[in-house]
Amino acid sequence: MELVYFDNSATTKPHKQVIEEVALCMEQYFANPSSAHRLGVEAEKKAKAARTKVAALIGAVPQDIVFTSGGSEANNTAILSMMAKGGHIISSGIEHPSVIRLLESMEASGVEVTYLEVDGNGLVKLDQLEAAVKDNTRLVTIMHVNNEVGSIQPIEDIVRIVREKSRRARIHVDAVQSAGKLELDVKKLDIDMLSLSAHKIHGPKGIGALYIRSGLDLKPLIHGGGQERGMRSGTENLPGISGFGTAASAALENRQEKAGRVHMVKKYFIERLSEISDISINSPIDDRHIDNILNVSFRGVRGEVLLHALEDYRIYVSTGSACSAKQSEHRSHVLPALGLRECDVEGAIRFSFSYENTLAEVDYTMEALKKILPFLRRLRG
Amino acid sequence: MKCLLVKYSSEITLKGLNRRQFEDGLLKEVRRRIGGEHKIHKESGRFFVYSYSDEIIKELQKVFGILRVAVADIVEKDIEDIGRAAVEQIRGMKNVKTFKVESKRGDKSFPLNSMELSREIGGFVLKSIEGIRVDVHNPEVIVSVEVRDKAYVYAKEYEGVGGMPYKSAGKGMLLLSGGIDSPVAGFMMAKRGLELSCVYYHSHPYTSERAKEKVVDLARKLSEYTGPIKLYVIPFTRIQMEIIEKCREDELTIIMRRFMMKLAELAAAKERAKALVTGESLGQVASQTLDSIFVTNSELELPVFRPLIGMDKIDIMDISRKIGTYEISILPYEDCCTIFVPKHPKTRPRLVEIRASEEKLDAAGLMMEAMENAEIIVVE
Repeated sequence: MELVYFDNSATTKPHKQVIEEVALCMEQYFANPSSAHRLGVEAEKKAKAARTKVAALIGAVPQDIVFTSGGSEANNTAILSMMAKGGHIISSGIEHPSVIRLLESMEASGVEVTYLEVDGNGLVKLDQLEAAVKDNTRLVTIMHVNNEVGSIQPIEDIVRIVREKSRRARIHVDAVQSAGKLELDVKKLDIDMLSLSAHKIHGPKGIGALYIRSGLDLKPLIHGGGQERGMRSGTENLPGISGFGTAASAALENRQEKAGRVHMVKKYFIERLSEISDISINSPIDDRHIDNILNVSFRGVRGEVLLHALEDYRIYVSTGSACSAKQSEHRSHVLPALGLRECDVEGAIRFSFSYENTLAEVDYTMEALKKILPFLRRLRG
Repeated sequence: MKCLLVKYSSEITLKGLNRRQFEDGLLKEVRRRIGGEHKIHKESGRFFVYSYSDEIIKELQKVFGILRVAVADIVEKDIEDIGRAAVEQIRGMKNVKTFKVESKRGDKSFPLNSMELSREIGGFVLKSIEGIRVDVHNPEVIVSVEVRDKAYVYAKEYEGVGGMPYKSAGKGMLLLSGGIDSPVAGFMMAKRGLELSCVYYHSHPYTSERAKEKVVDLARKLSEYTGPIKLYVIPFTRIQMEIIEKCREDELTIIMRRFMMKLAELAAAKERAKALVTGESLGQVASQTLDSIFVTNSELELPVFRPLIGMDKIDIMDISRKIGTYEISILPYEDCCTIFVPKHPKTRPRLVEIRASEEKLDAAGLMMEAMENAEIIVVE
């Protein structure tokens, strides 16, 4: 095997047509989309086309899409602009660091935050949500798919509960890991804000978007020339935006078939993992977990060490857990929240797939694991 | 016209018959750093570099052996000209209230002797700069005037790193880890003229590629002072595994350290290095107690230089900040010493016991294998 890339939840390899689109924009559509001349207008047209494509990914209208520098900025914008006047916010204990770290800093300055717990499957406890919504709750922010274990939150139920309990509370969904993979319709789901990232769907890095329901009056995070309807100033990253558009369209093409391929890979991987002892699967194959993510705990091994050992076979994966007490600040907050034991957190590896992965790559990885694990595990006890 | 006056350590001038060698070594280092195209004139106890730029000054400040660098004005041998240059030099420094003039008359045909010249120039400065005074005992600025082919006038001096010319003391093998201490130890020995090669022990897959990159970055930082450095990356996992499997847990660290020292000696032999250099500091950790150092030292033939042995951690950190390795050293990647740490390492190991434990290992075979698989990187 030349290279097995099982780290698609960290980032994906850009599509060829994305790379070409980015290059084309840099070469030919270099004008400032805000410029009054013809070149500027042409660049603006490019951005408009891309906006339409990205909107189509989530069932939105183009005007409701605000391009950002990525998922983290989209999350920060949604939360900060919503909470500008303070109040109560509800989130979960397994959010992305761009949400968790932000909420922690806001707590320090007096914002009240409720972190919903998750069950063993990584799903938020809905009874807790119901109890948590209060008169002064301004925002509920929950990720759609968790980046470490792939649990899919029941967004419909969450929205229903929030709407029943409050007319004021707004709902933000971090859909960075789900967009392009799961069906997503902001209108049907009745969501107020939603975050996207291009590089998780074979698009360029440094570009993302925030969907903002029209009529929602938000304060921008970045002030300046008033681009993106005043919500995100700064000269548009046209190569990124246009590349994002290309990636969004590509993601929708044959989506079912691609999802089927990813499903096969995960299913086969789990089957073959039964040949290895002392493991546990933290992201089973069911409708509560996305097929793109397979999180496995290998007992008696430190995840980081296994990761480096797999590198020798040119197999690239991730670990959420930290490698030593020294780095406890980088320790996964997700796996312990699921109730995993310390040893299972230590030995956790995340394999994350794209439709480009194959069963042969799974076979190759299994061979590697069978060679590596006995060697690494001889130190146990 | 301006030139740079480079003063070097008086230790070099005291070298008697070998003095030439040291001076030539220093000159070679200077040329390597600033480029061969600059005209350099060697005088007793100093060089004149007939070029001037901030970059050259910065480079010279990093050359081991150089004490100070001054920017000198070259003017005609004329009281007025010299005086004007002196005034300009003083004005170039801020808020000078006291000064004195020191003169040297290399050209004995110059009509004034050095005392008279100093007095004349002092008078010129007093007349030209309002409020300034002469203080012969504790002046803020010393204006130096040297009369030779032309007159050289300088005041402000830039501190050099000091020490002895690089490579003038032979070659040593530095045990470089990712920590704070070992790069400082290497720097200190290099400053004493010891040419450095380095060894690093890599425990793939227990340590990451980033840990290795960090050590390469540390070597690169040192190479800013020394020039290109050869780094031996020696695979260490197999040895650690054997020790873990076959020896007592509390002896792991000490036996590991013995292997590291022996391997460093093997690398030293390849490089014709005649010393090992470590960042050990007495009592800092379990492997640096006297008993531990005794045990790690006892199979070695080469002298081991431990320049930090009597230093406190705080002082070591100060140097590491000064030389720019601190920011790299504190990056949180694990190295081979931190991944397998016994819960209670022996602080008072006994040599006979450790030797007996090592009997269970094929030490020679393990070391040969490690050396054969060593990767050599030239860092510059």
